[in-house]
Order: sequence, then C-alpha cells, then structure tokens
Amino acid sequence: MTDKKNISELVAAGLAKRYRREKMFRFWGILSIVFSVLCLVVLFTDIITKGSGAFQQTYIQIDITYDPDILELYDPLDGKQFALANFDGVIRQSLQQRFPDVQGRRDKRELKKLVSLDAAFVVAERLKDQPSLLGKSESLWVLADDDIDTYYKSLDDREGPFTGRTTEKTQGWVQELVDRGEIELRFNREFFVRGDSREPELAGIWGAVKGSFFTLLVTLVLSFPIGVAAALYLEEFAPKNKWTDLIEVNINNLAAVPSIIFGLLGLAIFINFFQMPRSVPLLGGLVLTLMTLPTIIISSRAAIKAVPPSIREAAWGIGASPMQVALHHVLPLAMPGMLTGSIIGMAQALGETAPLLMIGMVAFIVDTPSSITDPATVLPVQIFLWSDSPERAFVEKTSAAIMVLLGFLIIMNTLAVWLRKRLEKRW
Amino acid sequence: MIKQNVIKAALAGTVLATAMAANARDYISIVGSSTVYPFSTVVAERLGRTAGVPTPTVESTGTGGGMKLFCDGVGSSTADITNASRRIKASEFEMCKSNGVTEIIEVLVGYDGIVLANSNKSDRINLSRKDIFLALAKQVPNPDGSETLVDNPYKTWKDLNPALPAANIEVLGPPPTSGTRDAFAELALEGGCKSFGFIKAMKKTDKNQYKTICHTVREDGAYVEAGENDNLIVQKLEKNPDSFGVFGFSFLDQNSDKVQGSMIEGFEPTFESIADKSYSVSRPLYFYVKKAHVGVVPGIQEYINEFTSNKAWGDEGYLSEKGMIPLAADVRQDIGGSARNLQVMNGEDL
Repeated sequence: MTDKKNISELVAAGLAKRYRREKMFRFWGILSIVFSVLCLVVLFTDIITKGSGAFQQTYIQIDITYDPDILELYDPLDGKQFALANFDGVIRQSLQQRFPDVQGRRDKRELKKLVSLDAAFVVAERLKDQPSLLGKSESLWVLADDDIDTYYKSLDDREGPFTGRTTEKTQGWVQELVDRGEIELRFNREFFVRGDSREPELAGIWGAVKGSFFTLLVTLVLSFPIGVAAALYLEEFAPKNKWTDLIEVNINNLAAVPSIIFGLLGLAIFINFFQMPRSVPLLGGLVLTLMTLPTIIISSRAAIKAVPPSIREAAWGIGASPMQVALHHVLPLAMPGMLTGSIIGMAQALGETAPLLMIGMVAFIVDTPSSITDPATVLPVQIFLWSDSPERAFVEKTSAAIMVLLGFLIIMNTLAVWLRKRLEKRW
Repeated sequence: MIKQNVIKAALAGTVLATAMAANARDYISIVGSSTVYPFSTVVAERLGRTAGVPTPTVESTGTGGGMKLFCDGVGSSTADITNASRRIKASEFEMCKSNGVTEIIEVLVGYDGIVLANSNKSDRINLSRKDIFLALAKQVPNPDGSETLVDNPYKTWKDLNPALPAANIEVLGPPPTSGTRDAFAELALEGGCKSFGFIKAMKKTDKNQYKTICHTVREDGAYVEAGENDNLIVQKLEKNPDSFGVFGFSFLDQNSDKVQGSMIEGFEPTFESIADKSYSVSRPLYFYVKKAHVGVVPGIQEYINEFTSNKAWGDEGYLSEKGMIPLAADVRQDIGGSARNLQVMNGEDL
C-alpha cells in the first residue's frame, strides 16, 4: 500500500520535469527546422537577387544604312561576296552618325564597343533574309556590350552605378542614349535559346540544358531496365547464399563510392579502351549509368520487398509460373517505388560534375548538341565554368543558371513525390 | 518484355559505341592551361561563327594535364591542340615523340602578368621581388646577416621592409596544382631568392636544394591557399583590406573597381609595362598543334590563321581586350608566318 503511494508520489513529483523535457525536445526540433529554413532563405535570396538581372538584357537602338559601298557588297545573292562583306563597317558608321562629335581612333574604338559583336551578325541575317534592303535604311534594336549592360542595370543602385571597365566618355554616351530613349531592358530570350559564349551578353543556357537532357536520356534508358532487372532477379529468383550476399555488399558499397571514381573508370574503359571520343553525352550517360545503378537497384529491391507475400502466394495458388508472378503481380505493384527511386537517382545524376571532369564534358562548347554523339556540356558544369569566368556580367548568369538547375531539380523531386502519392497502394 | 528491352538497350549501346569509335571527329578538340583558356575560347567561338567549321571544344585541364592528353598519340580520340602557360618541357617533348607525335607546331601567342593585388580601400604598395620572397618563403636568410637559413620569422610587412605598412602578412593565392602558382614561384619568389648571393651560388652546387629554398611557400598561415577560383580571392580581398591576393592580370583588369595591383620594383602592372617587360612577373603563353591532325580534323589551319591574325592577337585585337598582353609587332610577324606555314619545332633548344 505504502509502496504504491510512494510510486504515484514519485511519478507526480517527476511530472513537471518530464513535461519540461518534452517541451525542450520539441523546441529543439522546431529550432533545427527554423535554422534550416533560414539557411535556405538566405541561399535563395542571395541567388535570386544576384541572378534576377540575367533575365533581362540591355538593347540599344541603332539606325542601320545598308550602304553597298561600305559593305563592299553589290549583289546580296552572291554568297562569296556576302561572306566577305564588311558588316562591322555599317555598325561603325551608324554609331558615328549618332555621335558625330566623337573624334580620334581611340574614342571611335570605344564607341564601337557600345554594341555587342553580335550586332554585325544580326545585320547580316537581316540582309540575307531581305536582300531588297540593300541601299536602304532601317532602325534596329541590337544587344549592348556586356560592360554597358552591367553599367546600365546598376544605374539606380544605392551605392552608385558599377562602372567597371567603362570610361567616363562611354558613360556619357549611355546617358545620351537614356535621354533619347534609345536604350532599354528587354526580356533576355537569348539566355534560353543559345549555347555558351565568352561574350556574357550572348551566353545562354540552352546548350547545357540539351546536353543534360541527352546525358540523362542515355542514363535512364540504360540504368532503369538494368537496375530493375537486377533487383527483380536478386529479390525474386536468386538463391540466398554467400555469392548473393557478396553481390549485395558490393552494390551497397558502390552506392557510397565518390562519384569521381566512376569518372576515372569511364576514362579508363570507354575512352582509353573503347576509343570513344571525349565530351559527348553518350559517354557521360554511360558513366552516370554506372553511378546511378546502385541507387536504382537498392530502391527497387526495397520496393519489391514491400510487396506483401500474400500477393505472391495467391498468384502461385492459381497456378502462375514464377515469371508470371514476378512480371504480372510483383513488378506492377513495386513500380511506384522503383520510379521514385529512379527519379531521385536521375536528380542526383543531373547535379553531378565530378565524374564528367575526367571524360571531357567540363569544356567550353558553343554549338548546341543535336544528338547524343555531339560534344556537349551539362547544367552544373555550365554553372562551374561561368562562376570561374573573369567577366563581371557572368556573376548574374551564374546565379540565373543555378535557378534554372534548381527549377529542374524541384520539378523532378515533386514528380517523385506526386508519383508516390498517386500510385502507391496501401495494405 | 523487360528482359527483351534490356537486351535491346544493351545491344544498341554497344553498336553505337563501336560506330562512334570508327567515326572521325569533325570538330577540333583543344585542351590545356587554364590561363590560356579564356583566350583560346574566344578564338574558338569566333572561328565557329565565321569560318563555317564546327566550334572547337576547349577544356581547361592545366598545362601539364593538357600535355599528357596531347602527347597520348595520334588519332581522333586524342587532342589536336594544347594550350600552355609555359614552354613544353624536354621530357614532355620526348613523351610526345615516343607516342608517335613527332611533328609539333609551337606558337607563342602573348604574355600574361601575375599580380599581387589588394583592395582599393587600402593604399597601393611598392614591393620588390626580394620583399615577396621574404614575406612568403618557408625558409629565409637569417635576419642577423649570417649566411644561414631560418624558418620565416616575419609577421608583418614592416618587419621585412620598414617602408611597408605594419599590417600582418596575409596572402591568398592558388594551390600548388595551379600553373599560376608555378609561375608565381618561378618568377616572383625565385627572382627575389636569387638576390641573395649565397643562395644563388647554391644553384651550381646543389640545384635541388636551391629549388626547394626558392619555391617552397610558408605553411604557417601567412599564405592561404584559396583554390583555383580567382573570383573568390577578389571577394575575400574586398572583405579584408589588409590581405593580398595572387592571380592573373585579366582578373585585375576586369575587377579594377575593387582591387589594385601592387607595384613591383616600381612598376604598376599595366598592359604597357607587362608588354615591354618592365613589370617583371609575367610569363609567356603558348599553344601547340599536332601537325598530323591538320587536314584530317577540319578547321585546324583556320584556327591557327584566326589566332595569329592581327584582329585577334594584334595590339588592339580582341584578345588584348580579354586581358592578353600582345607580343611586339615584329615578333608577331615572325611567329605568325611560321605558324601559318605549319613549321614544326625541332625541340633542340628545350
């Protein structure tokens, strides 16, 4: 009797302490979540404030006269003459007419640097499309040079504009353009349709997006069937002995191997032995397949294990063969889990740079790839290359590319969650 | 079903791989120095836009790594051109030869300066190479004047030269794997090291020890390895006005609003002072072409022509705009001429 009373007294005496501990425990949980969210917010605001500028680009309006004498082009349909035509000349002349009081070789060179070197190509394209323009004039909006772009975007900054390499004269010209409304920011379409470039105003993400797409395509086509088949065999058919144990240990081991090792393996096998060319998505896909296979096999095995044995027993009961049990019953039920695992594996592969370093995909590649055998680079590599470039305008491009990559990762991970919610069966 | 797909996919993969190995490459593959990379890529891009050949791919592998890939042999899986921020070594030339790469075209394209810079917020200082050596070497001559070496005792710049500020020595620079670091050690540290007679005498008696003394950087925290990312160094200099950073001239040129280059022996790093060699810490930039690939991989001749054209490497060419220091006009003429005629190097003077 007294013992019992003592115990309940003891419990009552300790209750306050226990409640306090409970509260503390929850508080720590909330604190760590708040901390993580704060870190995320800081990271995102930094990336977004730095990168948002890259979605707009500065354009300058110039009046172009397609003067045959300056172009040294008298018949626009003559391909040979066209290729040699002096399109830089008409740009120079147009700028000179806009700023007639600019004298001296040095200043004239500075003046030419207001517009991007792309302007000459734009003018050439115009004339190619409409040969009748020869001898006439029109006004065109062309890309501004990256120094001008950075300067113009920072004009309203609190700490004053970023002058960088622009001279006072150039700043005066920009002011004149601003006053006349001949300079403006437009949506940066180029960023989404072009490949890499050393001129920041011409650098785009499309080449890297396509490269990532082709690389992941190869990875998916190879690693998903191989991974699923391996998992299915190991779970449903393989005898349990020390050989399968050994294989299991090795698969788990491979999943934890640093990714650079797979790059070295790719270099030794695919390039040195099979003599494949460097820098192509096919090669990148093969290397990333090696890297993602363990992840896919492990998650597929877990998904197969989660299918209740009663399903298999029922199928056997009505006379299904082991293959029929596996393909008709187990596989469809395990598929959502397998897909989720594969998507997460793919997302991991999308963010990988280290293994690609060894096989030449960390490279400057301008042309956008159109097949898995064209040289290409991938999104994270593009971010790395831009972050290492000296030109100031690449800072915002880097952040913008990070935003694009994050966007793709968010889409893939949401898809994985959605698939799981949508297809998963509960028992 | 699934198994059939697996077999099909595996087969398709193998067939593609073999088909590709047989195919010749139709774009130029360039590897090599990260210092030449910014210039090489600009030339490659212009070539792709104007010459009607696919744009070359350019990889930044470092000078040594590039030589290894370049000298690996002849054939479409090896590189056509390698960039270098120093001349090819005799050992590398031999390695090339033994792998069948016997005909190499050497092109000197220009110079790059290495700068020691600090934030614009503090004063510009004037250093000598001797100051740099005393500030950064692991072992320095005993300050008492005897001809012995002691572990670097200097904590502040003032300790080693009364004319310098009293700030702590803190220099951010590239790690030993970097070509910039090699060049910095060779040009700045060794340059200062040689000014001590007894160390210079060592070069004849014990070359290895001479090199160790002159090239080893102190490890007590005064020199901070900041990785290969020069942008990061610039950011850190902005935050800490007392520290200095080591990087290439093109970064200084692009970030002149944030950092300033220290004077070395009285000369500020500028285009002019590096070109006429009055600024002492500068190095040559090269690229090397595999002659066996010219005519096999399309565009190599065009690439050489573009790189050695006046609009590219001239005094006011687009490469000088990217921060490369051009050669003198008559040197350009000589080198350009023999490069365009694909004259191979004999390697005797290496």
